[in-house]
Amino acid sequence: MSTLSRDDVAKLADLARIQMSEEELVNLAQEFTVILDAVARVQEVASADVAPTSHPLPLRNVFRPDVVVPSLSPAAALSSAPAQEEQRFRVPQILGEE
Amino acid sequence: MIRLSAAEMATKLAAGETTSVALTQLHLDRIAQVDGEVHAFLYLDTEGALLQAAAVDAKRAKGEKLAPLAGVPLALKDVMVQKGIPTTCGSKILEGWRPPYDATVVANLKNNDIVILGKTNMDEFAMGSSTENSAYGPTHNPWDLTRIPGGSGGGSSAALAAFEAPLAIGTDTGGSIRQPAAVTGTVGVKPTYGGVSRYGLIAFSSSLDQAGPCARTVLDAALLHEAIAGHDPRDATSINAPVPQVVAAAKAGDVKGMKIGVVKELNGAGYQPGVRARFEESLELLAKAGAEIIEVSAPNFEYALAAYYLIAPSECSSNLARFDAMRYGLRVGDLDGASAESVMSLTREVGFGKEVKRRIILGTYALSSGYYDAYYGSAQKVRTLITQDFTNAFTKADVLVSPTCPTTAFKIGEKANDPLAMYLNDIATIPVNMAGIGGMSLPSGLADEDGLPVGFQIMAPVMKDERMYLVGAALEAALLSKWGAPLLDQAPILGGRA
Repeated sequence: MSTLSRDDVAKLADLARIQMSEEELVNLAQEFTVILDAVARVQEVASADVAPTSHPLPLRNVFRPDVVVPSLSPAAALSSAPAQEEQRFRVPQILGEE
Repeated sequence: MIRLSAAEMATKLAAGETTSVALTQLHLDRIAQVDGEVHAFLYLDTEGALLQAAAVDAKRAKGEKLAPLAGVPLALKDVMVQKGIPTTCGSKILEGWRPPYDATVVANLKNNDIVILGKTNMDEFAMGSSTENSAYGPTHNPWDLTRIPGGSGGGSSAALAAFEAPLAIGTDTGGSIRQPAAVTGTVGVKPTYGGVSRYGLIAFSSSLDQAGPCARTVLDAALLHEAIAGHDPRDATSINAPVPQVVAAAKAGDVKGMKIGVVKELNGAGYQPGVRARFEESLELLAKAGAEIIEVSAPNFEYALAAYYLIAPSECSSNLARFDAMRYGLRVGDLDGASAESVMSLTREVGFGKEVKRRIILGTYALSSGYYDAYYGSAQKVRTLITQDFTNAFTKADVLVSPTCPTTAFKIGEKANDPLAMYLNDIATIPVNMAGIGGMSLPSGLADEDGLPVGFQIMAPVMKDERMYLVGAALEAALLSKWGAPLLDQAPILGGRA
């Protein structure tokens, strides 16, 4: 039986960069107890001798010819930017004041 | 006119009996008439569609050689980016975004002169089986407006069933083309993974996502399939091989001597009686048409749902990290001195809906250190076992079949608060995505107990997509002669006479 506490969910929400209300945290913790029980069934058959599959196609290092093609103009690239300044994306402060 | 198949419309266009402008206008009128009730569309590109139609008509007038579906209108799922056209993926976080480029599928549609009417509703980021998770309100099933049209591609399936468009594009990560087709009495095909480019398809779960054709007939689906499929250097997982000859297969519709394997585990308990009855009836018709029906077993399919709800959330938690409020989309809380982290967290709180948040958190957990092996790692092993089950079954049978879904369309709101019950809808469609093979759903009739459409699923090995069309066309023809008219003729007439 897997359980997640309200604090576990808060930690995950922080890692996923999603602000959550107290109510959402509590509800998700309850839902996850049920969902994790259901999905944990995969462990019943996942024995050590089974190789994992991450992808349906057996592809390795796919290359294409390195041909220069026109790219987006700065105006097109910035056309949906929430904020811009001097032909660049303007973003909130990333580093601290110090 | 709007009740014709796309192939029939194309024939009339080629014969000069109508024009693409007239055909497009008829569909725009139909949308104006019924979409208030159905809500299949999120955005209608009236001007662009008529301009595109006029351009096709001009080419035809000049005697240019045109593609088979040139001038026929289509509805595009809002998960596909189209240059300059609002693309939301059913989410508030992308409200108002106009992509600066075309998806390869969209470019292929334009190259085939297929007229794009607009963008269709969907569960937010394609996460759901009912289209109730759209941030812009649910779509209603034309068979019964109080019921779901399936999901995530419920807008595309409803548009077809309501005769708002003869063709549509869907994407299928765990059944999002096939389940909506099943519950609306339409045809939907998930091609082999890598058969259709994912470039410009807003990613949910990259190793499972696959775009494909939605239509009202098997031949229409085949024509659209060939229009959008093919190798694309811009998608590293695109298969560099000739497109399977699906149109020829749909025209042949011959199952003589084919071995059709019924998957024992995808039937029985949990499947509605009317769903099982229609399935058995279709098997009898296929046997009468000359196919050999055998039973096959896929013992690991019972773990597919659990594995899917680890793999898909894991990949989505990574894919959706790109919605960070920096370069496009919604930005919330960008006040003086606010940190980038707080802007991201506030934007994602407001921009994402409940199901998307649930899956991102679940995926974050499944990939986190200490739990990775137990959850994501184990799910990847189950994926191997499911693929082995398919490989074994395909040594005995040419195609595999099952009901597409355990039930017919449920009521809007019925399962909204029970994620696990909702996830069970996809129990028969998910194994196909896990193995990357092809899957088709076509209508097999109405369930006796509720009079709602039932879907019949056909599964074929990797890059043997033509086999689904051979069987699908044969079954479609047998059912049509039994019914005497297309199944959709039995659907309620919306908005007066169609």
